[in-house]
Amino acid sequence: MSSTFDQIADIIAETCDIPRDTIKPESHAIDDLGIDSLDFLDIAFAIDKAFGIKMPLEKWTQEVNDGKATTEQYFVLKNLADRIDELVAAKNAGTGTGS
Amino acid sequence: MQLDYFQLIDRIIDLNIGERTIRVEAQVPETHTIFEGHFPGFPIMPGVLLTEAMAQSCGWLLLGIMKFERMPFLAIVKEAKMRGFVSPGQLLTIDAKVEHEGSGYAVTKAKARVGKELKCSAEITFGLTPFPDPAFRVHIDAMANKIGFPLQAMTHE
Repeated sequence: MSSTFDQIADIIAETCDIPRDTIKPESHAIDDLGIDSLDFLDIAFAIDKAFGIKMPLEKWTQEVNDGKATTEQYFVLKNLADRIDELVAAKNAGTGTGS
Repeated sequence: MQLDYFQLIDRIIDLNIGERTIRVEAQVPETHTIFEGHFPGFPIMPGVLLTEAMAQSCGWLLLGIMKFERMPFLAIVKEAKMRGFVSPGQLLTIDAKVEHEGSGYAVTKAKARVGKELKCSAEITFGLTPFPDPAFRVHIDAMANKIGFPLQAMTHE
């Protein structure tokens, strides 16, 4: 289990008042945890701040709407953690994230 | 301040796109039916209107940053603190800044003062979306002109 996941889970638990022990790496933020778009704004702000990144939510949403990606790729928490790790790595490499 | 039209900001005093800050003024009217009910014998500006005034200040700042290509819609108000009464006839000076620019959203902070006295503050989050209707954009342009939006500020980022 990545530390990134733990940080995300802590943020979700605090932001959405969801018991921390119910948040699993396999949890889908929308389908399993019931997080709506407004709460996700709050979560995105907390994640952006915690990791010093800018999650490309609009790009992800567009990809899902265009059928080029599934919500699972971005909103299952272990996958979200991977995406965040990629964004942090890109930032540290100075390549940007392309939001 | 045209309360009947929910236009709370009268003029932009300073807009600094590079610093992500704005200062505006909002003149509370001497008389209005709102004050007859809020409250009889003790007229004060309702906190929701002070919050709206702060939100509109942040909104103009975001419009400038986005070069009027998107519209900020109020999404979240946090830590809204009403620190002192605001009475009819008082002049509000509102300072706002951007705290974070996310993808499709922005987090701002605002403080409103009468003179040097801090009256209220809040952290306000907006969703940023394309204008839903061309006529709406025309209306916003007209409003911007009316309150003296410094269009040149957008070219000096």
